[in-house]
Amino acid sequence: MSDLTRKTAVELADLMSSGETSSVEITQAHLDRIGAVDNAVHAFLHVDTEGALAQAAAVDAKRAAGDELGPLAGVPLALKDVLTQEGVPTTAGSKILEGWKPPYDSTVVQRLKAAGIVILGKTNMDEFAMGSSTENSAYGTTHNPWDLNRIPGGSGGGSSAALAAYEAPLAIGTDTGGSIRQPGAFTGTVGVKPTYGGTSRYGLIALASSLDTPGPCARTTLDAALLHEVIAGYDPMDSTSIDAPVPPVVAAARKGDVTGLRIGVVKELGGEGYQPGVEARFHEAVELLTKLGAEVVEVSCPHFQYALPAYYLILPSEASSNLAKFDGMRFGLRVGDDGVNDAEKVMSLTREAGFGDEVKRRIMLGTHALSSGYYDAYYGQAQKVRTLIARDFARAYEQVDVLVSPATPTTAFAIGDRIDDPIAMYKNDLCTIPSNLAGNAAASFPVGLADEDGLPVGFHVMAPVMRDDLLYQVGSALEAAQAEQWGGVLMSKVPELEVAR
Amino acid sequence: MTVVADVMDLESALEQFDPVLGLEVHVELNTRSKMFCGCGTVFGAPPNTQTCPVCLGLPGALPVVNERAVESAIKIGLALNCEIAEWCRFARKNYFYPDMPKNFQTSQYDEPIAFNGWTEVVVDGETYRIEIERAHMEEDTGKSTHVGGATGRIHGASHSLVDYNRAGIPLIEIVTKTIEVPGEKAAAVARAYVSMLRDLLLALDVSDVRMDQGSLRCDANVSLKPKGSPVLGTRTETKNVNSFRSIERAVTYEITRQAAVLASGGKVIQETRHWHEDTGITTSGREKSDAEDYRYFPEPDLVPIAPSRDWVEELRKTLPEPPPARRARLQAEWGFTDLVMRDVVNGGAQNLIEQTVALGVTPDAARKWWLGELARAANEAGKDLDALGVGAEQVAEVQKLVDEGALNDKLAREVFDGLVKGEGTPAEIMAARGLALVSDDSALGEAVDRAIAANPDVVEKVQSGKPAAAGALIGAVMKDMRGQADAAKVRELVNAKLGI
Repeated sequence: MSDLTRKTAVELADLMSSGETSSVEITQAHLDRIGAVDNAVHAFLHVDTEGALAQAAAVDAKRAAGDELGPLAGVPLALKDVLTQEGVPTTAGSKILEGWKPPYDSTVVQRLKAAGIVILGKTNMDEFAMGSSTENSAYGTTHNPWDLNRIPGGSGGGSSAALAAYEAPLAIGTDTGGSIRQPGAFTGTVGVKPTYGGTSRYGLIALASSLDTPGPCARTTLDAALLHEVIAGYDPMDSTSIDAPVPPVVAAARKGDVTGLRIGVVKELGGEGYQPGVEARFHEAVELLTKLGAEVVEVSCPHFQYALPAYYLILPSEASSNLAKFDGMRFGLRVGDDGVNDAEKVMSLTREAGFGDEVKRRIMLGTHALSSGYYDAYYGQAQKVRTLIARDFARAYEQVDVLVSPATPTTAFAIGDRIDDPIAMYKNDLCTIPSNLAGNAAASFPVGLADEDGLPVGFHVMAPVMRDDLLYQVGSALEAAQAEQWGGVLMSKVPELEVAR
Repeated sequence: MTVVADVMDLESALEQFDPVLGLEVHVELNTRSKMFCGCGTVFGAPPNTQTCPVCLGLPGALPVVNERAVESAIKIGLALNCEIAEWCRFARKNYFYPDMPKNFQTSQYDEPIAFNGWTEVVVDGETYRIEIERAHMEEDTGKSTHVGGATGRIHGASHSLVDYNRAGIPLIEIVTKTIEVPGEKAAAVARAYVSMLRDLLLALDVSDVRMDQGSLRCDANVSLKPKGSPVLGTRTETKNVNSFRSIERAVTYEITRQAAVLASGGKVIQETRHWHEDTGITTSGREKSDAEDYRYFPEPDLVPIAPSRDWVEELRKTLPEPPPARRARLQAEWGFTDLVMRDVVNGGAQNLIEQTVALGVTPDAARKWWLGELARAANEAGKDLDALGVGAEQVAEVQKLVDEGALNDKLAREVFDGLVKGEGTPAEIMAARGLALVSDDSALGEAVDRAIAANPDVVEKVQSGKPAAAGALIGAVMKDMRGQADAAKVRELVNAKLGI
């Protein structure tokens, strides 16, 4: 039944409701697929075979009993290893959490479980979500199913690679500066960063509290929208959660009509530094949207150029504080507890051994940026830039409904290519970071392959706060039009991986 | 290990220096749940039973502000005549310590909920105005127990245990501006301020304010400046000051210690000092330089707090009578002189007397017990009066027994001794110690007969027109009865037998 892994979530749900197959069969098919290809892809850090099959059996039993089930009940999903799931190892890609089993479910996981979604396991990521390639994972790099010598993007490379390798039809990511959208772009999948506060951060191991946003990943726009609806919505456990109805994302994805929609191409996100093949696919997609009835104009967001430096002050500052709790005292790794060393020494040895280089780099950056005498010049200034970027967005949204840009300046790069050059690595997120700083909704949709390397290109759509529905409206219009052009979704072009066994 | 510093006598110290004080008081609120999670706050629960992912700082957990704690903070601010912020935030105070689960304390920094207030205390009939810098919200830390050392302190311990039950309990930190009062009053003013705060917080019903349980904790900042100089000296911050009397003692000690240091040409080191109740001295804790950097920044996991003006005004209406007005009212009701009332307030007895009077005891009788026998016992035990373990109900019970003639004052004092020592109820103590008054007329009569027979000279005096001399006979009877007789009854019998 390996063709079950080729189905979309919607198709799988239909097959279950018509009784043609069961969640257990579907889950087993995906577990088999993981067994067959994950040696080569390494999307998963932990596969919860027993737990997944038990969840699947429970859904099947409910269906048999005639219980009311959600639209995605019984569909399997890959969970980024940064969200807590009770009793299931959760590492955030770090040695410092090796073997830690959270005693509680994150809100996202609670909602997935309540919707009957089957959690296959935890996916690989850059340590504490710090990175754009998964090369910073303490547990090895994930490989891009389009080209196993390339990175799948990051930090959520595991989740996107799992989709592209047909190991799961749905995945959860978290996006702090592009960690859902950039891997989505690099793997030819859909990645959505909801409005900040639109999805709960409770149980998300924090990188930067004011930026982190959990979101849906899928191979199609409608699948992503259905998953979005499951996980989104107000959560009293997260003070920054927005107490308002979830935007009508599923309806927007089904509608897929952009007639009369005003689309702004961000002038500053393109040109020098952008791969020609990326720009070509981007402009084609813009033309396609014009043909579909959208009104396209160019829009300037002059302060976007300061987004990257501001981000790399705010993120490390918050991270340096958020990561202070990893000290070997209460959970996770403990090093040097020899009965002689005092607590301070044990903390220091634990952090030295447990954190990787990029994590240490950002902790040091953040600690410095928050230091007395530097705070105003660094953290204070960065917050001002953040305000200016939010104003750029606000002004732009007076003229247009959504903004668009390439999701990334380039396609997926080779493993090892940028690992020694942090600035080159950071530049991956040039287009995605402004939305995090402003808290807006944004997404990446696949728009074809770059001519020079045959790798997927992502189309970036940005929408105002709590207008996540507009993302899906654009994404599904593009998806339908392209499927007509290509005779199928982009993902149908991904190389077969079975040989990798 | 402990180095005892030289001290100068207080009088000489105050001839040369003026003390400047600053008091930081931490108040644990009596909310049923913690500051940022739903865990319980019961004092004395088994270790780590009142914890959850939030107050344990587990990965992924997030704080949610306890609205009741904000309400209490506003009430405290209003009662201290503070302005209430229209918009304020929490901030993270970053430092590593095992009893702090997140390795940062969620506190308030440059945006406190209440600021710019004032209050007044009365010492020796003089009123002193204390300016309040701020009152801000924060969370308590866990509690470390250091095991295996001689002192119970971390030095020399083999290991430490941490109880996170206290982690996340809401705290309000109330900070005064510098307090400059005549040097000889400084320590008493400090004590009176904390005592007044305690009464105020009790009246607001926002805290248990038990210094012995740590729900009211005071850090005393003390510095000296040369007499007449406008330049502030280097200050020390004395911690572990856990009773009203230790506040007075610790401030006095620091004045005399710093004076000795300065007079001998030395420099006061800016540091945290530890108060030792037993030896009555402070010792050096960690040095606290200005370089200590907590890297404060606004807490990104919480949204700003913007209490509506309507809410603030509603809370203002619920405020109880201000302590000075209350004190004046009670003094009038009880008919106490200024001097007596001062002793009542300084002795921390005002609430206790009020409670006792409410149980039907006369103000004078209540004052007699609280400021007499019980104050003496508290002083001996080194405790504050309300931490002695004797309550208003027990005092009222004993007084009732006196009124009924079952006890006299002397026996009552023994009952109180038993109560302080935890020997049970007054009845149980009377039974166990054999304290009942002898009211058997025949036994008393026999004792009177014995006294009359043994003191013919006294009898003669009385009968020759000096009835006052009968006191000696009464004394002899009481002695004979080992005090367990009702003196009035004895007098009655003596008078009857002698026909006067």
